Amino acid sequence: RRSRSKQSSVSSITDDQITDLVSKLQHLIPELRRRRFNKVSTSKVLQETCNYIRSLHREVEDLSDRLSQLLASTDSDSDQAAIIRSLLMQ
Amino acid sequence: MDSQHLNPSSLKSRFTARFLRALIKINAQKPISSSSPRDIFQRYQRIKVAADKSMAYSVRSRRTWSRATLWKLRSRSRRRLASSGRRSSIKTRTTTTTTTTTTSTNHRAAIVEKTSHEKENKEDHVGLAVQAEELRELVPGGESMDLCNLLDETAHYIKCLTTQVQVMKKIANLYSLE
Repeated sequence: RRSRSKQSSVSSITDDQITDLVSKLQHLIPELRRRRFNKVSTSKVLQETCNYIRSLHREVEDLSDRLSQLLASTDSDSDQAAIIRSLLMQ
Repeated sequence: MDSQHLNPSSLKSRFTARFLRALIKINAQKPISSSSPRDIFQRYQRIKVAADKSMAYSVRSRRTWSRATLWKLRSRSRRRLASSGRRSSIKTRTTTTTTTTTTSTNHRAAIVEKTSHEKENKEDHVGLAVQAEELRELVPGGESMDLCNLLDETAHYIKCLTTQVQVMKKIANLYSLE
């Protein structure tokens, strides 16, 4: 008995907590968002989460690449100042 | 989501301001005429680091993943300074990963103790602990998080990554309009 209660106090993470966190993730992943009312397995959510993070990393790399090419072709500082101003005022 | 009005204290505007400042600095470092492939690659590296760094700084140390990113970037620049001969010795800090294995084993054992009612859930969650390994490699600092924190950090990390991509896209589009 004692060991059992000890074990349940060690398990400070409940299944409900995990289920909640997993469904929170599901909402963030475009691939899975539309299947909200169908049960998506936890394993699938994790798999798609990994895929999604990897695709976001790739997008950052591609955009960094694109920006490095674009920076090489722009010149005056005044253009950049205008860009900053328009971006920050949106 | 109202994209017309940018809240000056929002994560998005903090990131945008930081990243733009970094871009201007990077652009000022080399004359525009030199656009050799090597220069472009170096610029690419700097831009990518600036983007990740800007986001981590905008989140500050409020999140485990941002702390891990900042620590990684700082130790990398320390190593670079050391290898350039400015320092004679490299001070490295090693993260302890022993706590990880004990925690995850405890959690796995605790999960297995559940009743048969939750068997379906249980099987799902035991597989979860194993599958989380892949996720741990993708989220900065993931190796030393317990399962709950890992899932929570992942959600925040994804939100920040999507913001980062959104802003970078906007900047690239603006630059390419010129």
